[in-house]
Amino acid sequence: MELEAAKMIGAGLAAIALAGAGVGIGLIFGNYLSGAMRNPSAAQKQFPNLLLGFALAEATGLFGLVVALIILFAF
Amino acid sequence: MATNPMHQFNVYKIGPEIKINGIDLSFTNASLFMLISGIFISLFLLLGTKDRKIVPGKFQLISEMLYNFISKMISDTAGKKAKPYFSFIFSLFIFVLFCNMVGMLPYSFTVTSHIIVTLAFAMFIFIGVTILGFVIHGFKYLKIFVPSGVPMVLLPIIMIIEIISYLSRPVSLSVRLFANMMAGHTMLKVFGGFVISLGLVAGWLPLTFSVALTGLEILVAFLQAYVFAILTCIYLNDALNLHH
Repeated sequence: MELEAAKMIGAGLAAIALAGAGVGIGLIFGNYLSGAMRNPSAAQKQFPNLLLGFALAEATGLFGLVVALIILFAF
Repeated sequence: MATNPMHQFNVYKIGPEIKINGIDLSFTNASLFMLISGIFISLFLLLGTKDRKIVPGKFQLISEMLYNFISKMISDTAGKKAKPYFSFIFSLFIFVLFCNMVGMLPYSFTVTSHIIVTLAFAMFIFIGVTILGFVIHGFKYLKIFVPSGVPMVLLPIIMIIEIISYLSRPVSLSVRLFANMMAGHTMLKVFGGFVISLGLVAGWLPLTFSVALTGLEILVAFLQAYVFAILTCIYLNDALNLHH
């Protein structure tokens, strides 16, 4: 296989990591919403935790994206 | 120039080349935009604290809100003992925030989209927090690697995992900010390229998407500065209040 083609395939495979980030962010916001519906008075206090969880979940997917970009542009 | 979405991250020299002992210290566009962020921060906070009134004006209101926001965040996550580190966390937060926000202006340069900048921040925090922990608790600080209530059989494995997770803190802290900023700006450029290539016929579709993405990016710029500051607070909390 040619090197260029292998790089493209590898970058595509690395970008699959973003699927996990999508699932994670969906879970966080979904659970926050269902919790907030049950107990709206406690929702405001947990908002910083929501943002923190969102950022942590998104970061794991972006690590995959960084690997893809390193494969494409750094090698 | 417009075809490559990675072109916006190029660092180039402005003015003459300065070399001291073989280390390149030339003034680049990255340094220029750090300077611009610094000037913006100083202007904003100077205007906010110039004439202090009981009924605050616009700038004073925003500065007071920022102060209260960071102060509350520190006391919520790291407790009373972290109060002396307020000025450090405030300057860290506001610098990262302004670098991200200045980067959102068209034709500007995002300083935080370079891993060397964020890694320098993260290593500074990591080394500082570790030294702080050892100074306050002495060798008892090593208890951070031994969580309480773990069976003896599992302890060696848990300890190895804890040490690895402790050592990966600077990496995850820096890569999170860098990857978010770089991915966002690359995405904006890619959609901007779609607008040009589709032309007048179908170009309005990616254009509307691009506007929405810019809004999302401004949210992410604030959120990542917030997360950077709050994770610093959490690490500080581990070093100050050793409870396991």
